[in-house]
Amino acid sequence: MIQIPGNDIFIALATWLRQWMLSIGLDVVFVDIVMALIRALMLAIVALVVFIVITWLERKVVARIQDRIGPNLAGPWGILQPIADAIKAITKEDTTPAGADVHIFNAAPILSAVAAVLVYAVLPFGPNPGGDCAGAPCGPMAGTDMSIGLFYVLAVGAVSLIAVLMAGWSSNNKYALLGAFRAVAELLSYEVPQVLSIAAMVMIAGTMNMTQIVEVQTVPFIFPLFVTALVFFVSGLAEAGRSPFDLVEAESEIVAGYHIEYSGMKFSLFFLGEFVHAFAVCAVITTVFLNGWQGPILPGWVWFFVKSFAVYFIMMWIKFTMPRFRIDQLMAFNWKFLVPVSLLNLLMLAVGDTVLKSVAITRETNPLLWGGILFMANLALLFVAMWALGRSARKSRLDKRPIVARVEDVKPVQSPVVTSN
Amino acid sequence: MDGWAFVGIFVVVAAVLLTVPLIIAALLAPRKPNPIKSETYECGMETYGDTRVQFKAQYYVYALMFAIFDIETIFLLPWAMAYQEFATIFPLIEMIIFVLILVGGLAYAWRKGALEWF
Repeated sequence: MIQIPGNDIFIALATWLRQWMLSIGLDVVFVDIVMALIRALMLAIVALVVFIVITWLERKVVARIQDRIGPNLAGPWGILQPIADAIKAITKEDTTPAGADVHIFNAAPILSAVAAVLVYAVLPFGPNPGGDCAGAPCGPMAGTDMSIGLFYVLAVGAVSLIAVLMAGWSSNNKYALLGAFRAVAELLSYEVPQVLSIAAMVMIAGTMNMTQIVEVQTVPFIFPLFVTALVFFVSGLAEAGRSPFDLVEAESEIVAGYHIEYSGMKFSLFFLGEFVHAFAVCAVITTVFLNGWQGPILPGWVWFFVKSFAVYFIMMWIKFTMPRFRIDQLMAFNWKFLVPVSLLNLLMLAVGDTVLKSVAITRETNPLLWGGILFMANLALLFVAMWALGRSARKSRLDKRPIVARVEDVKPVQSPVVTSN
Repeated sequence: MDGWAFVGIFVVVAAVLLTVPLIIAALLAPRKPNPIKSETYECGMETYGDTRVQFKAQYYVYALMFAIFDIETIFLLPWAMAYQEFATIFPLIEMIIFVLILVGGLAYAWRKGALEWF
């Protein structure tokens, strides 16, 4: 009987498979490569299953929010709807517009989807059990346990931008090009607060390794890093091109933006890229701020998905409630609000944590007090930021009123005095 | 399989897995292009002029801002990685000065009107 480290079904399966392959006399290097291939295939399938679940869930949730029922004909509660969609997408004609740059046009949807799926390589679905799994140290419950995991998420997340630009440029369509311009401006801008919030996370966690980030969370990092979490969530929404930051593909303005000329399966791949990316943002938030896989009774990966889908539900809620930004509002919100706030947040965390360290309250020694004090500091910063935002918004609203509306500015017209005799 | 080797394998697996539906679609889907169908779709109007038009200079200004800020924030990451091991307060002061330079740059750009969308 094999000793199962970590008491987890997936680790047990992997250990058993590895032992079986070694027992029939295969070379160790070959076995390692096969195991990596299986892991990669499993991860990609996880991403696809997440996409299937999300398409169904999103349509059900939007229907409920808009007081409809949603898909209900294909299977019970419409759960077979994604399969019907897939069959439809596969059998639709795939058109290429005249004057398109065909190779770039065909490569863009694949790049978009692959870039989104790649983020899943570093997500930790469960604890690293340690110990020995059939003659090798047990790996973590993640594709790879990279030391720069968080930075990898950032780097790979930005690749989807290239796919959007490729699609917009190669389509030979003015709407697509406008969408690509907007996408580049939006994603470039929101990269800055994202990097700044990742710097804050790394500073407090002391590591970029995703597994270790979960392990060092003596208290969920959403408390000491509240403002950071909000900034990361908002810039994640923008990076995944979700509403209210979806002016990249605004239907009512530029028809569909960069994917206007795509049809059939290529169109579906763009959607896959967007949804899988949005879920990856939720999974990173779960890992960094919400204690990742940690939770009582249930196995780690169940907790991981429960928390990620809870964050995703908030994302859907925002998507179906908020109106879309204008591009000037989008840029102003980023550069005049998010960037200064995340810079201040970084300073506040650095100073606050150092002061607390000097009185021997740290993450390890007194997590509750440490988290509580930093949470209060975060709330204070948030309060000041929201006050400044409200004030400047009111000011700009008053400045931009149409001239006719400024009643108090209009001088009362002197009616000509008619004098008779 | 450590770090980057796995990422290499994963790129290949993901690309293959996502290209398979495209191949299936190419086999199953009808393919009957005609000149009218493959015209550029611009809401029914015939397309006019060149598509690759000049773009607004404002995008360029934002790209410059991005380049400045992203590079400067990348310098913050090594500092943040080392933060937990600092024994003295001097690295913190240096970082505060560095961030204040960033804030100064942002304030300058703001004042000069680089953050306005015209």
